[in-house]
Amino acid sequence: MAIDILMPALSPTMEQGKLAKWLKKEGDQVKPGDVLAEIETDKATMEVEAIDEGVLAKILVSDGTDNVAVNTPIAILAGEGEDVSAASSAKAPTVPAPETQSAPTPDMQAEGMADRPAPVELPGQAGLSTPAAPSVISSRASYDAMAEIPEGTELVNMTVREALRDAMAEEMRKDQNVLVMGEEVAEYQGAYKVTQGLLQEFGAKRVIDTPITEHGFAGVGVGAAFTGLRPIVEFMTFNFAMQAIDQIINSAAKTLYMSGGQLGAPIVFRGPNGAAARVGAQHSHDYAAWYSNVPGLKVIAPYTAADAKGLLKSAIRDPNPIVFLENEILYGQSFPVPKLDDFTVPIGKARIHREGKDVTIVSFSIGMTYALKAAQELEKEGIDAEVIDLRTIRPMDTDTIVASVMKTGRCITVEEGFPQSGVGAEIAMRVMENAFDYLDAPVIRITGKDVPMPYAANLEKLALPNVAEVVQAAKAVCYR
Amino acid sequence: MAVAARKAGRAGAGAANKTTSTKGSTRGAAPNSPQFDKNQDLSAYNEMLLIRRFEEKSGQMYGMGLIGGFCHLYIGQEAVVVGMQMATKEGDQVITGYRDHGHMLACGMDAKGVMAELTGRRGGLSKGKGGSMHMFSKEKHFYGGHGIVGAQVSLGTGIAFANHYRENGNVCLTYFGDGAANQGQVYESFNMAQLWKLPVVYVIENNRYAMGTSVSRASAQTDFSKRGVSFGIPGEQVDGMDIRAVYAAGQRAIEHARSGKGPYILEMQTYRYRGHSMSDPAKYRTKDEVARMREEHDPIEQVRRRLLESWKLSEDELKAIDSRVREIVNEAAEFATHDPEPDPSELYTDILL
Repeated sequence: MAIDILMPALSPTMEQGKLAKWLKKEGDQVKPGDVLAEIETDKATMEVEAIDEGVLAKILVSDGTDNVAVNTPIAILAGEGEDVSAASSAKAPTVPAPETQSAPTPDMQAEGMADRPAPVELPGQAGLSTPAAPSVISSRASYDAMAEIPEGTELVNMTVREALRDAMAEEMRKDQNVLVMGEEVAEYQGAYKVTQGLLQEFGAKRVIDTPITEHGFAGVGVGAAFTGLRPIVEFMTFNFAMQAIDQIINSAAKTLYMSGGQLGAPIVFRGPNGAAARVGAQHSHDYAAWYSNVPGLKVIAPYTAADAKGLLKSAIRDPNPIVFLENEILYGQSFPVPKLDDFTVPIGKARIHREGKDVTIVSFSIGMTYALKAAQELEKEGIDAEVIDLRTIRPMDTDTIVASVMKTGRCITVEEGFPQSGVGAEIAMRVMENAFDYLDAPVIRITGKDVPMPYAANLEKLALPNVAEVVQAAKAVCYR
Repeated sequence: MAVAARKAGRAGAGAANKTTSTKGSTRGAAPNSPQFDKNQDLSAYNEMLLIRRFEEKSGQMYGMGLIGGFCHLYIGQEAVVVGMQMATKEGDQVITGYRDHGHMLACGMDAKGVMAELTGRRGGLSKGKGGSMHMFSKEKHFYGGHGIVGAQVSLGTGIAFANHYRENGNVCLTYFGDGAANQGQVYESFNMAQLWKLPVVYVIENNRYAMGTSVSRASAQTDFSKRGVSFGIPGEQVDGMDIRAVYAAGQRAIEHARSGKGPYILEMQTYRYRGHSMSDPAKYRTKDEVARMREEHDPIEQVRRRLLESWKLSEDELKAIDSRVREIVNEAAEFATHDPEPDPSELYTDILL
């Protein structure tokens, strides 16, 4: 059977090119891999190789022809034992696909791909429209976090640090696939003592001191997770995870999608995030907004010890890659934690930390300290604030925020991160999208200032949010 | 040209594989030209030819607009992955970068599924959501298919870490190019692999060009087998155009890793005939250089000659192999051309489990 040799494209955007030179002539025997011709564009030259064996029966486009459209037949190859003259007089060949081509989509035009053949369309497949994204709103009802702890449960005070350690230890007892790796997690007992005692209980095989090599050990963790292990990778701080962010995003977050659902990475990246005290710009960055931008990740940032424990346990069991953002200043703070054999908190559910009716304050992690103190101040002035602790940044519990705003009609957000494209910006947008008609005032965001974190004590204080700012914003949206 | 001439000279002379070891050579000299029996040559020929024909077809389909985006062909390098795969046992894993079609075929992944992924169809191995650079198969122990140069080195080290953790006796073959060999995380991984004695073989496919930059223009140390010296990782330079040399070196390296001695580096001296990707101006090397490699060192031609001369196969017998391979490739192309695109509802699936 005669085979058409088509004008190839050098790139997806190429529409035409020059047939510079034929290296074979009519009647030549060709075999796969033989270079038949050279084509040129203003950017590059390329060799046209034979894919099939046969005789070059007829050259349809001669040397030096300009502006040859991609997919134009440029020659005819006669198969073995075929009559060359018959092949060369065969009718003009057909190119697969273009006949059934649908109108180019705007995207294709934008990419300069309008003339590219579209994939063959099957009946019933015409008119591709973008499917709607899954709704972020399900019930318009707030989540009842009280139900997480059965009535009558004994509560014991413990620090966030101890709660995190207990969460890891409990999960490691349950599942041999869980391990901890990071800098100083074993013999030093954790740079911030979060992994204290784990080496003694679980041994060096499962509690692994790594070299100072964030990019490398993050990748090692993800590779191990691909095989089904459940590594907990500790970063001494998330500032250092910048070295590893490629592995977190490109390898951990995207592989499930890129593999069509075959291969996921059940891994937890955890460590302190955001400002500590007087450690300067390179050790104070809050990455909540960054990671929350990435599909394929879950991002958790707890405030209380109970949430730290319950969410970390859930994170370790979760089959997805999780960024678990802790806070150095919160490590030493104590909170009541339920004394239960297996206390977990669901990922993706906010908690109403304080009920109120006049204004909704949404925050997370250490931002909650400002929000709660402000609520106390506001109470003195007769403003009853509802404080929502997001706990999970992604997926964000829009239901709980929206239900609250529908009740209060007012919303402010509090975070230590930078303002632009921050978590507060995202919350404000969701409120506008879902509860615009309920708003009695524009949303106000309280954030860290738009500057690298200064070292000087007075400047650092100015760069961070403060309670007075939150109080002032709450009063502003209440028109007080 | 100087680079090519040196390369050609070395390969042409059939130089013995050279071992780099920090404590001096721990083994005797590697055999000069290890021999294949007939079955090995036949199997090598089949596997390599499948990759060659598959890649030629991919190039053709790219030219027809059926494959989009990036498409990095493996033509010329076939002996590396096929020879290494012959040295593995069931359970050993493979991970590589973006020039990955050959690795997938050598791992036994379905040609139809690979080709349909290239055309972005629902029957593709990643349901059309990964593309040329992103395919995976747990069943065949193939872990991708990674587009960030060098990232697979840490990931492969992590797979080896898991083997070590589970004590399952498997080895992870971690492939990367001469370009990736200059990435920082490669050395972070070397350090951990040797520190923890992880069962990993680093296969550096030195095809002389990182995109358009020749090795001598990008690397202070162009002997990639020495890249592990400061960590005490042994390495060898291997004639990557001779599948017998690849296989023999692969066996030594895998045995080293499997026996608990830690990582091993193989620098495969190979050559890619085609451009870095489909749109390659080819201004950085001469046509002579490419032609000489194809004519004098083609990995498939070497085996073909042995099949004819040593094993007395007839041209007809070889032709029969050829048509069987071509049939597989044509069937794959046919499927990949007519399989429908993914259902629009797939847009929002497989993001989280």
